[in-house]
Amino acid sequence: MPEIKVTPLGAGQDVGRSCILVSIGGKNIMLDCGMHMGYNDDRRFPDFSYITQNGRLTEFLDCVIISHFHLDHCGALPFMSEMVGYDGPIYMTHPTKAICPILLEDFRKITVDKKGETNFFTSQMIKDCMKKVVPLNLHQTVQVDDELEIKAYYAGHVLGAAMVQIKVGSESVVYTGDYNMTPDRHLGAAWIDKCRPDILISESTYATTIRDSKRCRERDFLKKVHESIERGGKVLIPVFALGRAQELCILLETFWERMNLKAPIYFSTGLTEKANHYYKLFITWTNQKIRKTFVQRNMFEFKHIKAFDRSYADNPGPMVVFATPGMLHAGQSLQIFKKWAGNEKNMVIMPGYCVQGTIGHKILNGQRKLEMEGRSTLDVKLQVEYMSFSAHADAKGIMQLIRMAEPRNMLLVHGEAVKMEFLKGKIEQEFSIDCHMPANGETATVTTNPSVPVDISLNLLKREMALGGPLPDPKKPRTMHGTLIMKENSLKLVSSEQALKELGLNEHQLRFTCRVQLQDPHSDPDTLNRIYTHLKSVLKGYTIQHLPDGTVMVESIVIKVSSSAEDTSTKVLLLSWSYQDEDLGSFLSTLLKKGLPSGLC
Amino acid sequence: FPRSEEAPAKKLRLSKPSKSAALHIDLCKATNSTDALQYLLHFARKPVEVESVEGVVRILLEHYYKETDNSVRLKIASLLGLLSKTQGFSPDCIVDDAINTLNNEKSHQVLAQLLDTLLVIGTQLPESPTVRQRLIEMACKHLSDTYFGVRNKCLKLLGCLGMADTPLTKDNDGPGASLGLLRDIQSIISDFFGDQDPRVRTAAIKAMLQLHERRIKIHEIIYDQACRLLSDDYEQVRSAAVQMVWVLSQLYPESIVPIPSSNEEIRLVDDAFGKISHMVSDGSWMVRVQAAKTLGSMLQVSHHFLEQTLDKKLMSDLRRKRTAHERAKELFTSGEFSSGRKWADDAPKEKLDTNTVNLIASGACGAFVHGLEDEMFEVRIAAVEALSQLARSSASFAEKCLDFLVDMFNDEIEEVRLQSIHVLREISTHITLREDQLDTVLAVLEDSSRDIREALHELICYTNVSTKECIQLALLELLKNLNKYPTDRNSVWKCLKFLGSRHPTLVLPLVPELLSTHPYFDTPEPDMDDPAYIAVLVLVFNAAKSCPTMPALFSDHTFRHYAYLRDSLSHLVPPLRLPGNGLDLVDSRCGSGSVESAQLFLQQSLNRVSTIQNLEAPGAQDLLNFTIRDLQRLGELQTELAGAADFCATYLRCQLLLMKALQEKLWNMAVPLCLKQNVTATAAAQQILEETYKLEFLYSGLESRQVATIHHVRLQAKALQLILTARTRQGLDPLISSCEKFLQDIESFQRLFVAELPHLQDSFVDKLLELMPRLSSCKPVEMVKILLATLRLSGLLQLRLPEQIHRATATIIEPTGESDNPLRFTTGLVVALDIDATLEHVQDPQNTVKVQVLYPDGQSHVIHPKPSDFRKPGPDRHRLITQVYLSHTAWTEPSQIEVRLLLAYSSSSTSLSSSSASKLGWSDSIDSLPPPEAAVEGTIPFSKPVKVYIMPKPARR
Repeated sequence: MPEIKVTPLGAGQDVGRSCILVSIGGKNIMLDCGMHMGYNDDRRFPDFSYITQNGRLTEFLDCVIISHFHLDHCGALPFMSEMVGYDGPIYMTHPTKAICPILLEDFRKITVDKKGETNFFTSQMIKDCMKKVVPLNLHQTVQVDDELEIKAYYAGHVLGAAMVQIKVGSESVVYTGDYNMTPDRHLGAAWIDKCRPDILISESTYATTIRDSKRCRERDFLKKVHESIERGGKVLIPVFALGRAQELCILLETFWERMNLKAPIYFSTGLTEKANHYYKLFITWTNQKIRKTFVQRNMFEFKHIKAFDRSYADNPGPMVVFATPGMLHAGQSLQIFKKWAGNEKNMVIMPGYCVQGTIGHKILNGQRKLEMEGRSTLDVKLQVEYMSFSAHADAKGIMQLIRMAEPRNMLLVHGEAVKMEFLKGKIEQEFSIDCHMPANGETATVTTNPSVPVDISLNLLKREMALGGPLPDPKKPRTMHGTLIMKENSLKLVSSEQALKELGLNEHQLRFTCRVQLQDPHSDPDTLNRIYTHLKSVLKGYTIQHLPDGTVMVESIVIKVSSSAEDTSTKVLLLSWSYQDEDLGSFLSTLLKKGLPSGLC
Repeated sequence: FPRSEEAPAKKLRLSKPSKSAALHIDLCKATNSTDALQYLLHFARKPVEVESVEGVVRILLEHYYKETDNSVRLKIASLLGLLSKTQGFSPDCIVDDAINTLNNEKSHQVLAQLLDTLLVIGTQLPESPTVRQRLIEMACKHLSDTYFGVRNKCLKLLGCLGMADTPLTKDNDGPGASLGLLRDIQSIISDFFGDQDPRVRTAAIKAMLQLHERRIKIHEIIYDQACRLLSDDYEQVRSAAVQMVWVLSQLYPESIVPIPSSNEEIRLVDDAFGKISHMVSDGSWMVRVQAAKTLGSMLQVSHHFLEQTLDKKLMSDLRRKRTAHERAKELFTSGEFSSGRKWADDAPKEKLDTNTVNLIASGACGAFVHGLEDEMFEVRIAAVEALSQLARSSASFAEKCLDFLVDMFNDEIEEVRLQSIHVLREISTHITLREDQLDTVLAVLEDSSRDIREALHELICYTNVSTKECIQLALLELLKNLNKYPTDRNSVWKCLKFLGSRHPTLVLPLVPELLSTHPYFDTPEPDMDDPAYIAVLVLVFNAAKSCPTMPALFSDHTFRHYAYLRDSLSHLVPPLRLPGNGLDLVDSRCGSGSVESAQLFLQQSLNRVSTIQNLEAPGAQDLLNFTIRDLQRLGELQTELAGAADFCATYLRCQLLLMKALQEKLWNMAVPLCLKQNVTATAAAQQILEETYKLEFLYSGLESRQVATIHHVRLQAKALQLILTARTRQGLDPLISSCEKFLQDIESFQRLFVAELPHLQDSFVDKLLELMPRLSSCKPVEMVKILLATLRLSGLLQLRLPEQIHRATATIIEPTGESDNPLRFTTGLVVALDIDATLEHVQDPQNTVKVQVLYPDGQSHVIHPKPSDFRKPGPDRHRLITQVYLSHTAWTEPSQIEVRLLLAYSSSSTSLSSSSASKLGWSDSIDSLPPPEAAVEGTIPFSKPVKVYIMPKPARR
């Protein structure tokens, strides 16, 4: 039986460093090639030596597919392609291709220029790597080679995020990357058709969460910001440069517009400006509202949101500031936080997850006194709010996707083991399909039962149609006669005559002959006559002929009678039938073996 | 083609040679199939008169048999269908031929078209069961065709013509039907629910739905099959299946169906509700819209199911949770999932019995939560509408869905926000807002969109709140709103009026604070022109109306302000019974039962008037005069009856005019001597005519009886006009034509009000109809004499009042006409003038309301506002917010123009609407139709004119 093997090199029962190897129908595919935020050593990148100990990866991989531009999905790409060595195609969507190098470059700068690491990939390497990228469009089927094809679906996680279907013959795997089933202010919801893949590899970041309605959270968020502004306080929203930041910007921008608010909103400069540019460009990847209104006004051209300057932080009066990074562990967001922390009118809103050890994590857990570098402490008086805006599918969303795609097997990655276990139970119970959750380096194997397509000649099909009922009934299988020819990797079902002709063979007739002894005192012609009458009464609907040359023909079966030499009352019946009439022939022989009924004249 | 009136058809027959002959020649000329097709296409553009249809059909059929080309045969088949639709042509003569062609046809496409033709024939012959039976048999026979189109058409035919009670034998050639059993139509159709082609599956469901529409009861067995189709791969199948499931749930709501994988059973409507809820998270948005819409109409669903639709966390299983014990468990399990609103509450807790929690519920879980969060706003709107429908029928559900609707106030699309505000208003009778909810609702008051704000004001008018803090909050926010958007003044005041009169007891404790009175100190008198202060006063006075202790808290200036406001803003400030000052402002009209007594009075007045049998009875005119005066006063006093009173008064005025015009002495004098009277009579006739149009079109709620009465008066006025024309003796020809016209009028009156004639006994028309044979044959002079006699003899027709009559009114809010600063603009260019008006009791304002601009030089422009300029803030109310463009040549001085609203009417639109609707033919050639009758079109001014000061300046060079 053919098998599909899936081996996570990263993101197996873990979040970060997404890298999953899939072997399907003799092809090897790498899905995502990310880095881990939590490590600074070799564990940062996936262990490519799993694929080959030495040498380049090109001959072991047929293609690499990147689902979206987050670094935990694409951060190791230049390292793999340029430093380990891979020259094959890398697939990603257009927005991902545009934004990915910006993030990689930023990442490189921080690691090399700030932390002073050596032996890291260079700017040139990022450029070289991007040259190997082949862009994908949504719902476009791309033929990687003759057998392997891939197709991207909308994932709604960030701009350009995609789910990919990988297909070899009739076997297929769908990899979701990160996705979001609830639409937000700038992106739509993930969507896939009923493609019934053999395996659905899904992320499971929020395996145990079922979130409140999105609107509820948005309303809370806006209300908190609004109240704070009306009190004259300042609001700090630490974000990562791309993704949620844009969503929140649009949310605030429209709110400001609707409510005619005047307080300034600032956005920290740099990376984000570049990114916003791409958001403006890739309007087709956004949600219904933005797509429909961009002719009048591109929503990403913010009216109320201006670039931030360091000096603005000390300005009097209310303001809202988006600042990077999102976990308050360094950079501008931390600086502003320190300035504003002392005033209880101010507020900080954490819109997403915070890693343990960061200041974000600490204040979320209610710590009110923070130790800073140099033994100084910081009193946190401002209000701290948490509002989950991360764009991952929650448990219900994951289930919804499974329902949409109807996979035969599930495989969970990109999540914590305990939570995965829980979801796994649910999936198995709800859909009664197998669910795997391999750890890093562990291989999950799924046997498939692919259907083998066979070409059938039209003539044969028509002939068979004419014989049976006119309508093919999907519920009833039908037998048909034909010859299966396997030739140059293709299968063909043709009529036997055509097969003979094609193969240049002569037709051979196969006939079975059988002798049946029969006790009958009558003369030979009489016996034959009796047999004729008997068969006539038994086999209704068949053509039975009594031929003048002393034979009885039932369809094409010939029956002859001769008396045995020793005993004239023992008649020997000679039955002969061709291979095609095997069924009828054997039926006749058993029938005649039972003898003739006595009541015959 | 056909179906035009007989009149043009006759003309056609006279002037043109028969259609069939021409076609025959054309078709014979055709040398190849392309030519023939061209002829046929050309032929199809022109109508065929009823008489020649059959001939044409014969020729077509003849050609059909000879034709080898599929496309030509197809066209002929389609033409046969079109021809069978000809009005007045009975297609039973071509049934045999059509069936015959069907039997000999090989091409699948042509077969499909022929079946379509048969369908047309079948629908044209609803009375013939034999034809129907034959057609059904044909359809059954071709159901096994290999081409999907043929199967589709067969199913459609079965759906449109199939009968519930005719068992059918299905031919043996189909798979699974070889037993030759008698089968009924539904099981034949439902066999195709499993067809391999999705288009055929869809057609099968549609056919079944068609049966349902034809009031054939669908069997309950279909339910299971329909449910299975809900998970079809194709969206159109799923969409149709949703409808099918819905239909069945309405037919058999109380049936019991088993829950798979358990031994329990639930009601069918609940099961269907659960299944359709499931479809709200379908992959295709069309299906989602369909499902969300459908949910709204499933009102029989049980309570706990309904409430599940708003719950995301309680995963399924509720259907089996019935005992208290299980309910307790449910509380326990609901803590299992994190909400995403608090940090770190998604830490895995101890593992629960996973069997009790299903993530994808088979039930209705969270259907609306999903629907309201959907990506496509179409789905969201559908969900909001469904919510409103369900909430209106269930108070507890209304309570529950409140939060969700309030959430929708924050939607990114304004349409959705507006819709949810409207919905909340509709269900607001069921609910009382809590403070936090009110808070979120009020936050929207700052919205920059005027529509949203006004919808919200409308909502606040209808809301109930629970505490005095809520009142305070609402007042505060409304004042803020007033401050930010001063144009909302009227709307905010009105809003506070209702808020006050709804919650007098809640306002009471707030009064000292609101009026900033102090027990010991005199506080400064607030500025009377401050809109915010007026707003507060409106709230307080309205509350005081039903709270007699409140005025004791007022300070002196409050009473003075009351008196002022009562005069200047009488629609906002109610009359109050105030102590001291001897000021008793309470009118008797506020007492309970005053409406009934007014109604009684109205009726009595009418009865009194009806005693006037003879128009020349002494004192009759006086009586009428007094009654009219009484009625007018009544209308002013009792706003509920204003429409009815006005209507009666106008009617009586018409009668009075008529009476005066027919006074004895006028008619006994020689014509030249009474020129002056003649002039007054002519004017009276003209005025009566105008008044009758007002009566007919300005009032809503009229029944056909009243319309008949109005038309009757009009007829009298026309008779009067005719008599006056005769007296002026301007020649015989115009007289003859106007006599003819009058006769036509009588005829059309008779045609329109056949049903009302019994009520019009002894009336003018009744007598005329009796004399009709004589009238139509006699000379004009004689006719005039008869008319005069009848007119003078006929009594007053008693007016019967319908339940509710409302007079259409319009008030222009903006421009106010108070500005002294002229609007300056350059001559020849345009200037936009903002108009804001409220319309009440106007039906179809998009088509009838027009703006008229009158320039000082007598020029007038009528502007038709865009349909989108009309909003509907409440029942029977519309709001017109539009801009009109003015332009004029240069003036030397600023001058005033007048702006007013007109109500346009057309007599044809009401009286002949039934006949005009049937006139649309397939060739869409309306140009050949004659105008139905001389339609009287005109306009009635129905708002007070507003003067605007403008100044077109000469262009500077």
